[in-house]
Amino acid sequence: MWDYSDKVKEHFFNPKNAGAVADANATGEVGSISCGDALRLTLKVDDDTEVILEAGFQTFGCGSAIASSSVLTEIIKGMTLDEALKVTNQDIAEQLEGLPPEKMHCSVMGREALQAAIANYRGEVWKDDHEEGALVCKCFAIDAVMIEEMVWANKLRTVEDVTNFTKAGGGCAACHEDIEAILEKVLAEKGEKFDPAAAPVAKPEPIAAVKAPLTNLQRIKKIEQVLESLRPSLMADGGDVELVEVIGNTAYVNMTGACSGCQMAAMTIAGIQQRLMEIMGEFIKVVPATEMAKLHNIEVA
Amino acid sequence: MKDIYLDNNATTKVDPAVVDVMIPYFLEQYGNPSSIHRFAEGVARGLKQARQQVQALIGCEHDSEIIFTSCGTESNSTAILSAIKAQPNKKEIITTVVEHPAILNLCEYLEKEGYTIHRMPVDKAGRLNLDAYQKLLSDEVAIVSVMWANNETGTIFPVAKMAEMANAAGVMFHTDAVQAVGKIPMMLQDTKIDMLSLSGHKLHAPKGVGVLYLRRGTRYRPLLRGGHQERGRRAGTENTASIVGLGKACELALNFIEYENTNVKAMRDRLEQGITAQIPHCFITGDMYNRLPNTTDIAFEYIEGESILMLLNKAGIAASSGSACTSGSLEPSHVMRAMDIPYTAAHGTIRFSLSRYNSMAEVEEVIKVMPEIVARLRKLSPYWDGDGPVTNPEQAFAPTYA
Repeated sequence: MWDYSDKVKEHFFNPKNAGAVADANATGEVGSISCGDALRLTLKVDDDTEVILEAGFQTFGCGSAIASSSVLTEIIKGMTLDEALKVTNQDIAEQLEGLPPEKMHCSVMGREALQAAIANYRGEVWKDDHEEGALVCKCFAIDAVMIEEMVWANKLRTVEDVTNFTKAGGGCAACHEDIEAILEKVLAEKGEKFDPAAAPVAKPEPIAAVKAPLTNLQRIKKIEQVLESLRPSLMADGGDVELVEVIGNTAYVNMTGACSGCQMAAMTIAGIQQRLMEIMGEFIKVVPATEMAKLHNIEVA
Repeated sequence: MKDIYLDNNATTKVDPAVVDVMIPYFLEQYGNPSSIHRFAEGVARGLKQARQQVQALIGCEHDSEIIFTSCGTESNSTAILSAIKAQPNKKEIITTVVEHPAILNLCEYLEKEGYTIHRMPVDKAGRLNLDAYQKLLSDEVAIVSVMWANNETGTIFPVAKMAEMANAAGVMFHTDAVQAVGKIPMMLQDTKIDMLSLSGHKLHAPKGVGVLYLRRGTRYRPLLRGGHQERGRRAGTENTASIVGLGKACELALNFIEYENTNVKAMRDRLEQGITAQIPHCFITGDMYNRLPNTTDIAFEYIEGESILMLLNKAGIAASSGSACTSGSLEPSHVMRAMDIPYTAAHGTIRFSLSRYNSMAEVEEVIKVMPEIVARLRKLSPYWDGDGPVTNPEQAFAPTYA
């Protein structure tokens, strides 16, 4: 049996807010019945303040799925929709005092149900942005789909590469046979052969943080360098980012490929901004290039 | 009431009489059976007796056909790898989709090595099609490996008949009988079964001991080479205490085999009748009329198995489930999928497996608590509304895949 925390058991045995909210005006339904976890989240949102007044869940799933649903409803009650959108699956897992690695997807399902419900309230269509595969690395909870995508995107060749790029296999090492099998499969699809002794792909160079003031050109080059370092993970999700212009402390970017129009684009941009500020050591605002036209009357390609 | 253990297909309590015969082999007769001194004096005799006790339970012709191993999985691996090593030109293996992972994962590995694996499907009641099986038998097949009884549903396969068909085609036949041995009578000497695997801990012996039955004259290649133990067919110092314990457990199983098929069966029948009569939208999986006497596997629709187990556990009842979540995989049990059980039911399957240690009072207790547990989870389920499932459940709730 799983080693569930007391908090998980508490929410499973005495779930909060079980059942549908009677006069709900937002509904999110996510999950996969083949995997055995599915959740319907219903919300009553105040139309003037956008505050979540009531939240209810109906869950088909295991102990941690029910506990994640229950704790989610407790977290978001009283939040505005914008605040609720910032709730991550880690927040859910933390409230539950941790989940076993095999069960982290239950917290992801909670976050996705919330996003779907908010999209539903706002009249948008929510699109799932990732596919879940069989769990390979239990130490870092990395699944097969993630490893395959990183192998494709970064031309990885060895188990060491996979560990460098995804962390998978970096703990107890018991999954190395499975990682080799994934490498064999992907490399075969590319017409290559897996060679355990292949030279490792260059590990992404850590980018030095900026210490001295930069010239404008140096600054733009540095921003480019940071974006370059983030590119592989964006490409793994089928997207990309392109720097269009830097004006003052604002960097204008184009999100392309799968990133364009993705519900997660806002979160991705926030992530890019965070990374840029860490390296540049100054406040940098990352804004979609579409906003430029409004502000500066500049035509954007 | 004391905790109720209904998970005997997973593992069993060691019979106190088994523990009693084992203890001297830890504290007094702890010598290596190969040694010539008083600490080893009785050990060879103890092993000999155990071999005969196993022989009596499975009805084989010679006690030298019994090879002691460390577990059912070792027996299974030894059997299949022996067959392909001994017949290097034969590159096909016949098995079924509902085997235990001990067989399926080995076959998957061999498939990567270039073997062709024929995995026979089952129908909705978990039965095989013997005409299709006949067509697969050929000179290319190194071995057929088919379980005697399924661990989840208890469904019994016609292995005696299938072994005859294999024998007529000149193909070796192995059966994984870890769930069947000790629960149903068998007389191997009257069959054409070449190899059989059994596991001690499924019949009230300790974990860590098993048997490979190897019919005399069957071509064989050991998995473990080394010392002369088990006549050179399985090297490694004998697990003497456990082997002696397994012998005793086999003797007891033989004594109780009628009890198993009358009293234990009556408890099982009462359990499933009591549950299905009270709870709507649940059904028994597998071949109702051809099952182990101790096993029932019940699918509770629209709820998930791990949740049921957690509530059962809180009520002091131990059982198991075919849901994905109990194993940490992405799919429900391969046995349920093979029988085409819909997802909304497959994830809610609960296996109750009884033993001679259970009582009718325990069964009544389970029958008492089960309806409340199911009702409680259905109240949370998006597929359930009030007293029944929502209309067109699969359309009414169709979540975005996440």
